[in-house]
Amino acid sequence: MILIHCPYCDEKRAELEFAYAGQAHIARPLDPSTLSDEEWETYLFIRNNPRGRHHERWRHIHGCGRFFNAVRDTVTDKFETTYKAGEPRK
Amino acid sequence: MTGYRLPTGGRVNRAAPLTFRFDGASFAGFEGDTLASALLASGVQLFGRSFKYHRPRGLVGSGSEEPNALVSVTRGPGRFTPNLRATNIDLYQGMDASSQNRWPSLKFDLGGINDRLGMFFPAGFYNKTFMWPRSFWEKLYEPVIRRMAGLGQPPSEIDPDHYAATYAHCDLLIIGAGPAGIDAALEAASTNQRIILIDEQDEAGGGALSDPSLWPWLERSLKALAASPNVTVLTRTTAFGYFHDNFVGAVERLTDHLADLPEGPREKLWRIRATDVILAQGAIERPLVFDGNDTPGVMLASAAKVFALRYGVAVGESVALMASHDSGWNDAFALAGAGVSIAAIIDVRDAVDDALLAKASALGIAVRLGHSVIGVRGRLGVKAITVARNDGSAASDITCDAVLMAGGWTPTVHLWSHSKGSLAWRDDLGAFVPDVPNENVRCVGACAGTWNFGAGVVVDVLPTPKDPARLKAFVDFQNDVTAKDIKLAVREGFRSIEHIKRYTTNGMATDQGKTSNLNGLQIASTALNKPVTDIGLTTFRPPYTPQTFGALAGHAKDALFQPTRKTNIDSWAEEHGAVFELVAQWRRARYFPKAGEDMHAAVNRECRMVRSSVGIFDASTLGKIEVVGPDAAEFLNRMYTNPWKALEPGRCRYGLLLKEDGFITDDGVSARLAPDRFHLTTTTGGAARVLNMMEDYLQTEWPDLNVWLTSTSEHYAVIALQGPNARKVLEPLVEGIDLSAEAFPHMAIREGTICGIPTRLFRVSFTGELGYEINVPSAYGRSLWERIMAEGARYDITPYGTEAMHVLRAEKGFIIVGQDTDGTVTPFDAGLDWAVGKKKPDFVGKRSLARPDIVAPGRKQLVGLLTDDPNVVLEEGAQIVADPNQPVPMKMIGHVTSSYWSEALGRSIAMALVDGGHSKMGQNIFIPMPGKTHVAKISSMMFYDAEGARLNV
Repeated sequence: MILIHCPYCDEKRAELEFAYAGQAHIARPLDPSTLSDEEWETYLFIRNNPRGRHHERWRHIHGCGRFFNAVRDTVTDKFETTYKAGEPRK
Repeated sequence: MTGYRLPTGGRVNRAAPLTFRFDGASFAGFEGDTLASALLASGVQLFGRSFKYHRPRGLVGSGSEEPNALVSVTRGPGRFTPNLRATNIDLYQGMDASSQNRWPSLKFDLGGINDRLGMFFPAGFYNKTFMWPRSFWEKLYEPVIRRMAGLGQPPSEIDPDHYAATYAHCDLLIIGAGPAGIDAALEAASTNQRIILIDEQDEAGGGALSDPSLWPWLERSLKALAASPNVTVLTRTTAFGYFHDNFVGAVERLTDHLADLPEGPREKLWRIRATDVILAQGAIERPLVFDGNDTPGVMLASAAKVFALRYGVAVGESVALMASHDSGWNDAFALAGAGVSIAAIIDVRDAVDDALLAKASALGIAVRLGHSVIGVRGRLGVKAITVARNDGSAASDITCDAVLMAGGWTPTVHLWSHSKGSLAWRDDLGAFVPDVPNENVRCVGACAGTWNFGAGVVVDVLPTPKDPARLKAFVDFQNDVTAKDIKLAVREGFRSIEHIKRYTTNGMATDQGKTSNLNGLQIASTALNKPVTDIGLTTFRPPYTPQTFGALAGHAKDALFQPTRKTNIDSWAEEHGAVFELVAQWRRARYFPKAGEDMHAAVNRECRMVRSSVGIFDASTLGKIEVVGPDAAEFLNRMYTNPWKALEPGRCRYGLLLKEDGFITDDGVSARLAPDRFHLTTTTGGAARVLNMMEDYLQTEWPDLNVWLTSTSEHYAVIALQGPNARKVLEPLVEGIDLSAEAFPHMAIREGTICGIPTRLFRVSFTGELGYEINVPSAYGRSLWERIMAEGARYDITPYGTEAMHVLRAEKGFIIVGQDTDGTVTPFDAGLDWAVGKKKPDFVGKRSLARPDIVAPGRKQLVGLLTDDPNVVLEEGAQIVADPNQPVPMKMIGHVTSSYWSEALGRSIAMALVDGGHSKMGQNIFIPMPGKTHVAKISSMMFYDAEGARLNV
């Protein structure tokens, strides 16, 4: 069971306190109605599946409840870093 | 006689004799014996029958590597454990054990015919033979194979034991309490570190237990550790898996070794999180591969030493050694020192260390260098061996009743590999050793490849003049894989060791290839003419040894498997004979049968009473979210399909929630209590999902909105009062709320008190009748329910359950998200386009409603169905076709989502998702069922009171 550092609680806690929430840094378009079908499809469905560094969202759902971002290596399953929502991509 | 108890020696307590039973016969042993050592001491050499060929098998090892000696132990109803290794079973007085995979008896096993037919059972036999015809698999092949092959029988009764679990945290976890592990613990004990030292055996010591010269050191060291308050030593504890971030799972066996079962758990699961881990798991000796190497009496040299020096048992009266490694020589010398006669030492090498030769000579042991065993005589036990020079010449027989194999050593890297540490190949050891760690872990002792066992050579198959195609030279004893099978797999084109493993099943048995992996790899390497490093090693996965389901499940079974959520009113329903059903984790009253009523009669009566007088329903399980803040209306406007900003305080609205892909995910009626405060309701099963989704948007997409979300699902008990007499029942109980139709219309909310309890009173209806949903703090739920029941008695107020609720809502065409929708249904598909705010520039899912596939014709749409025969209630989930006469397989055009007997209409009603259903009103469709095809007409879903006259009163 992985230990995950919650950037809000500033503590490493067990994975079972957290919920995975998909790829990070995909901002919802401010005005979806102006997007073409292809652009909307890209926003909605197209996700990275990298071998290595992956930017992803987690929620400390059984802790502080906050969503945050993380960089995890998909090969080693190790977290490189976690950071608060809204902070620039690391 | 083959084995026997040595007159002296060993760690068994000769003052404490024990008796036990094996296959029904009585035997004797001593305290400190394993089942294996006690049977061996009693002359038993035959322990089981092999998996595939039912060949007679004896002990190969002395510990958890043992592949053959799998036995079952029973200790009363439900306490039957199959597939235990006899070498790991601590003997107790009265033990009742039995062998497996034989019929009618171990010595005479009919399944042994498989062995005679062995040439017809090559690698991949099952894959090749039982493919055709397909229908034979289920009826013929599988039942026969299951009876013939296989391990022990599964227990037939419920396990009466319970299993504990605990978390532990430490600075240093040491796995393996042999000399290397104990040294590591002693070294760390002087610090302030919290240390846990665990070992799978009944006492700490590992290899030192079979080396009497180390016993004084062992005793001193264990005393020192016991005196260190920062050190915890756990024996009979197997670390079975090594998981991320130094999280190790271990099972401690608490009672299996006791003659009388105490109160308390049978096993304890330890979940250990360690800052640092030291692996000191040792190494496992490798068997040698030669014809007949599975005959009972052929075993690892190291195991024979353990039996002699730890248990005081000789594995035979006259023992031969077949070695490719120095360690076997030393083991043979140790046996000789303990009084066991050594018939001969045979070594495949042409030359060995002079010191070994000198010692053998001094002990008077005959030595044959450059020789190999080429055959074993005896079927149920070794009677003699044939040896020859490596060139096949000069074959001769040696009489003996046991053969020791010394093929070198394999470091136990299982846990290291679980932790994703990399391995390096060592040519000199012929083995993989730990290389680069992936966690805070290091290996010490033999599992790191550092040992003083001497030198050796690696031989894949011992030289033999015999036809290789006729050899019965086993690599994997437990899965009956021979060297020939692996060579065949290579001939048939398998190149990757992962494929060879799966095709031959080498290393796939319960022992996970502890004795077979490296030999299999060497044979494949030779056959492919490639170095071992180019072939790779198969992956080790937890568990290291098989563990009980009980230990892993712990208390999470039966009623404790998952929590049962109950409302405050649940106890009333139970006392009044409700039949319950589970909805998500909630226990809900399904119906309230009166004496003599079946479900059908009860539900019909409940429906009738709601439509004719008044019914009462526990709706407490509805999800509830309090949405508060100056931007609350803006937030809901963006989340839900419908407009919220214009909703006045005191009014309710049906809210439809989509996911961003445009499909319905939840719905519910919500109320505006104040400009900045909403009381949301969600479906019973959707509450957590909806709150998570809303938090997601609020925190990450619109953090600028000043809104707070709070789950209030369990804060309110909700009593639905539905029916034409609902107002009359409520009126005398409510204070401060004008219930008149003008002052308190449908889809409104008022705050006041009921029976003195503060309430949020909704006027809403999921039945189509005049109705209220009374929200009070949860703790008042039952007492208010009883007050309303008393007040309603004069109207024959009737409690109804979820089943009647379903019928009543279906009569009105109200959908249930998740039953009438399936995650691919848009508001338009569900006929809910009226709930979508056309003028809103955006809401979650809006853009997707314009996607090409969503606006394309022919989507499945929700419609009503009326069967031609009004008495036919369709089965929910039944498939719908347009033409019942088309050939099978027919084209399905939809399925029934809801179907009930409607008491109000005196006929059946149904809802269905049908291709292009909205444009097929009035058309007939067909529902083929076994024996009969039903005809139904597509209709509106509004089956009852379409104009809503009953609501607005």
